[in-house]
Amino acid sequence: MSGASARPGLFGAAHALFLKDLLSEWRTRTSTNALLLFAFAVLILVGYAVGPTSLTPEDRPAVHSVLLWIVLFFSAMTGLSRVFVKEEDAGTGAALRLSAPPHAVLLGKLLANLTLLGAVTLFVVPLFLALMSFEVKSPALFVLLLVFGNLGLASACTFTAAIVAKASAKGTMFAVLAVPLLLPPLVGAVMGTRVAATEADFFAGLDFVRLLVAYDGVVTTAAFILFDAVWRE
Amino acid sequence: MLRAAQLILGLGMVVIIWASFLWARPAENFVGQSSRIVFYHVPMAWVATIAFFLAAWHSAVYLRKRRIESDDAASAAARLGFVFCILATVTGSIFARVMWNAYWNWDPRQTSITLLLLVYGAYLGLRGAIEDSERRATLSAAYALVAFVTVPFLMFAVPRMYASLHPDTVLNARGKIEMSPDIKTVFFAANLAFLALFLWLYNLDRKVSRILREARP
Repeated sequence: MSGASARPGLFGAAHALFLKDLLSEWRTRTSTNALLLFAFAVLILVGYAVGPTSLTPEDRPAVHSVLLWIVLFFSAMTGLSRVFVKEEDAGTGAALRLSAPPHAVLLGKLLANLTLLGAVTLFVVPLFLALMSFEVKSPALFVLLLVFGNLGLASACTFTAAIVAKASAKGTMFAVLAVPLLLPPLVGAVMGTRVAATEADFFAGLDFVRLLVAYDGVVTTAAFILFDAVWRE
Repeated sequence: MLRAAQLILGLGMVVIIWASFLWARPAENFVGQSSRIVFYHVPMAWVATIAFFLAAWHSAVYLRKRRIESDDAASAAARLGFVFCILATVTGSIFARVMWNAYWNWDPRQTSITLLLLVYGAYLGLRGAIEDSERRATLSAAYALVAFVTVPFLMFAVPRMYASLHPDTVLNARGKIEMSPDIKTVFFAANLAFLALFLWLYNLDRKVSRILREARP
């Protein structure tokens, strides 16, 4: 009775894949460490160049909002393509195609990328707030922007990673393909962060959260619909 | 009949170019003769957008039916759309320089054409990076469709939000309400002519793709 239902469902398979990726990454921790170090390096560079002492208090919200998202964006460009590229490089892509349904693969990889990006965010944001004396007047809005902004970044990057995994010049192609897809959520997130930094009213920047939620929904749905075609190539 | 249509287009284009410089009067509220660029800039931008829709449509058809002709059509539309997009950006930039003394104002409308440029560039770059024709067709079709659903955010959503934070620097240059009849005539004629030109080149590109494909065993 239970033997026939040994195959996991969609969420079970996705969960298993997610844990596998997390575990294999935890064992070596090389790429995560490199990514955190990279994010830190960008942060330091940004601090040296346009730190709080070189800007007037009026300019700080605008400039620092965009710099925070630049750090997150560059981290995404560096680290989020690995989920699919490493499968092709290690030769495990075929095995993965055989062992799990496509949507489970996408969901699992998306969760892995979200976790990675979340870890970078948790690392970068407090440092940024401290090092740049970045004052956020509406923390609730700020958190929402980070959450939905990260979701948008992760969705678009995961799908793009799947596309470039089979192409040549993967590193450059990934960034080239991801930038146009990521401009809408980044613009929304930056503008929203600026509002969160300057106004204590939570509802003032809600428009940007709406934009991000809409974008996240659209991109994630499109990714799930199109992933089958991409994965089977 | 096709020959006749091409002849009409050629002659029509000559007439439109003449009319755009010598017959239509310069519009008010514009610096000097700079309003004449609207006869070139707007059609280019329109064609670039239409080409994008066309590429997305054929990408969807390809993913459904897997006929390589759809991929030919999508890539033809993208290649030409890219060229028209570059022209639209350049003409717009020239106009911005004359009108507002800066080649680029980071106005939402301007940046939306940049986004289209980036998408086209990315799509064509992706096609160049994949050797196998079926894989190239599938992956570029998938990318075109994802780009298609994300572009409206920056083209339509953000400008509406941005307007509340910044004054819109684009005067009613795209508003048709204020056009005098002679300008309106040339304007619509130019739009049609450039669209016809695009469709002509698009068909040629598709034919060339098919011939090249059939020539290779």
